[in-house]
Amino acid sequence: MQTSEQRNPQDIIPSIDAVEAGLSSVGYIPTRQISTAIYIAHHLRKPILVEGPAGVGKTELAKSVASWLDLPLIRMQCYEGLDESKALYEWKYGKQLLYTQILRDKVSALIGETDSLAHALDRLHSFGDVFFSKNFLEPRPLLRALEQPRGAVLLIDEIDKSDQEFEAFLLEILSDYQVTIPEIGSVTATVPPIVLLTSNSTRDLGDALKRRCLHLHIGFPDEKLEARIIASRVPGIEARLLAQLVSFVQQLRVLDLKKLPSVSESIDWARVMVLMHTAVLAEDIVRETLNVLLKFESDIEAASKQVAEIARKAQQAVVMSN
Amino acid sequence: MATVPLTDAVQPRRAPASEPLRRFLQVARGAGLRVSAAEGIDAARAVQLIGYSDRAILKDTLALILAKTPDEKVVYDETFDLYFQRSEFTERPPPPQSARPQPNTPPGSPPSEAEANASGPPLSELLMGEDSAALATAMEMAANEAGVENIRYFTQKNRYVRQILERMGLKEIEREITLLRAQETPEAQARAQALDDAMERLWDAARDFVERSLLLFARGETEQMRERILKQARLENVDRRDLERMRILVRQIAKRLATRYSRKRRRKQRGQLDVRRTLRRNMAWGGIPFLTTWKYKQLDKPRVMVLCDVSGSVAWVAEFLLMLIYSLNEVLADVRAFAYTSTMSEVSDILENRTIDDAISHIMTTIGFGSSNYGSSLEDFEAGWTCDVTNKTSIIILGDARGNGTDPRTEILARIANRAKRVIWLNPEYRSSWGTGDSDMYRYAPYCNMVRVCASLNDLERVVTDLLEKDS
Repeated sequence: MQTSEQRNPQDIIPSIDAVEAGLSSVGYIPTRQISTAIYIAHHLRKPILVEGPAGVGKTELAKSVASWLDLPLIRMQCYEGLDESKALYEWKYGKQLLYTQILRDKVSALIGETDSLAHALDRLHSFGDVFFSKNFLEPRPLLRALEQPRGAVLLIDEIDKSDQEFEAFLLEILSDYQVTIPEIGSVTATVPPIVLLTSNSTRDLGDALKRRCLHLHIGFPDEKLEARIIASRVPGIEARLLAQLVSFVQQLRVLDLKKLPSVSESIDWARVMVLMHTAVLAEDIVRETLNVLLKFESDIEAASKQVAEIARKAQQAVVMSN
Repeated sequence: MATVPLTDAVQPRRAPASEPLRRFLQVARGAGLRVSAAEGIDAARAVQLIGYSDRAILKDTLALILAKTPDEKVVYDETFDLYFQRSEFTERPPPPQSARPQPNTPPGSPPSEAEANASGPPLSELLMGEDSAALATAMEMAANEAGVENIRYFTQKNRYVRQILERMGLKEIEREITLLRAQETPEAQARAQALDDAMERLWDAARDFVERSLLLFARGETEQMRERILKQARLENVDRRDLERMRILVRQIAKRLATRYSRKRRRKQRGQLDVRRTLRRNMAWGGIPFLTTWKYKQLDKPRVMVLCDVSGSVAWVAEFLLMLIYSLNEVLADVRAFAYTSTMSEVSDILENRTIDDAISHIMTTIGFGSSNYGSSLEDFEAGWTCDVTNKTSIIILGDARGNGTDPRTEILARIANRAKRVIWLNPEYRSSWGTGDSDMYRYAPYCNMVRVCASLNDLERVVTDLLEKDS
């Protein structure tokens, strides 16, 4: 954890190693590439676009960065039809209406002594835009992220699910860290937030968006890294079981499956194993719990033919020294 | 940018791209990465931040900025390794720019002797010496002068090899060898022989060097050219060795079409207020319609039946059409495929249960390459599957309409066309040969909503785009 004295943006992330150490301290084991990305993004003030298969820890990365730097995490889940009134700001119509009702007497008292319509209007104008001020503004995630006094981690999740128009709307906030509200003006971030966008590549993102972002691709981890990740997430696991489990999952990923098991699945599986007090990865236990790893019936069928062999190979896996 | 003077006192925010980086960006563009000027600036800033010392970090950093898709990452990795592998990148002070000739000297104008000697020790010394690094450096410098980074096509290889060697002092060496041979003393002969052998090796090295440069600087361009040619080529003429590349192209087209058409499945109906939803949405302020909601029209995904002639010459097109249609399953509903030569049979199952390449080769071997009979095929189709044709079905028939003199049975097509939303006929033959010989194209044409020539990938893409566009 960083202490709160280190507020100066340049000091928060002094080096790539600091990123690695920091993220590890909150239980996220980054690859060198991920640490480099966070470091560069922070110093160049650029958003990161994180792509990769589901469950490799894209969202988790944002959460970990936030908890490491002790910054608020502001998350915006994208979906089809998301628009700026849900992403940026909304007027509190109800409150505005209520206030006009309550203040009716005051207003009539105020303009009661005027004799002409023009005069009454002048009076009203002198009070400015009472009902279109920040008091009646409901900030949505994007605006909230800009208004955080200490900065924030802004996670724009699954950007590929949103519409193309929304993507274009994001460009202003991503390049200048400011947004424009027609009634009030531009709002610029006091401290630029660290922005992470995630995508499962269900559609190709626009070039304009990609150009403004650093592009980080997180793939499946190699055996050694995966073992470290599971060890950090499932502390109770024995070294021998861990080695076998990782070896099994790694072999499974080579098969031709609809949905390959991801890191999140292997963590779940490790938890199940610990819960069941398993010491060795035996074939029957694997068969019983295969549905934790594989999410399609056809995948389970395809894999179950080879479970025996893979499990046998996995049992020979040696404990790796970290 | 590179000319901005850099003083120690001023730390510029936007650093001028250093020479190795600038050249690498050029190489990356040559390899087919699209690197914009803004990305170049970002790269320069990032490099300034992390420096050149750790190659792995440098690679990761530039990957973040320059490569933005998995495909690009692969290209980037290769390019980075190729480029930074070259001995040029070992820390060596940049030679003074002013003393050099322009890189684009036209071929055939060899540099003067003074220039050749100015760039280092004479070539013969380098050749006979043990210092291979110095020789490599000399070659790099000569290559830079010859402007090897402008190489684009393999036909330019010999020209650049010759230019590099000339700049290294080929002429002088040749003169020296001739002189030595003329002396007729054993030492001179031996030295001449040694120089000759060394020259031979140098030629090989230079050829190798230019080849690597071609790989490095021109890959993107060459690929683009090949792809352009392949897209225009008639499918039946496509070489077998280009098949894999064609498959990749088809997938690219499918992906592009799918992203373009998968999203807009609803369209606003102008001017029609959805009263129910508007009221619901404005409940909060007493039903006063601040926000209006408009009616939507749900757009159907096209339902497609593809009837492919898999006889002889049409088979190639059938393969690519099926591949394209089946890669589009995101935007098409209910694709059914049929293959025919003289009888019609449904092949949807085969296509769904196997990988596309495998399925197509299976279909071709079991049904394909006979002689076609359109009449009996249509008859089969009517008997077996007309009940599945609805007014939402688009029927695509692929064939050259050459029934080998058999009865075309156009009345069946007329009945099918009546039931279907529309019938599209794709003919791989040129329009000029329609109606000649046994071609019944003009007999079928009146019952089709659209008859198109479809011989190349470009044609295919156009047809499928039409299919998606007209339906929505």
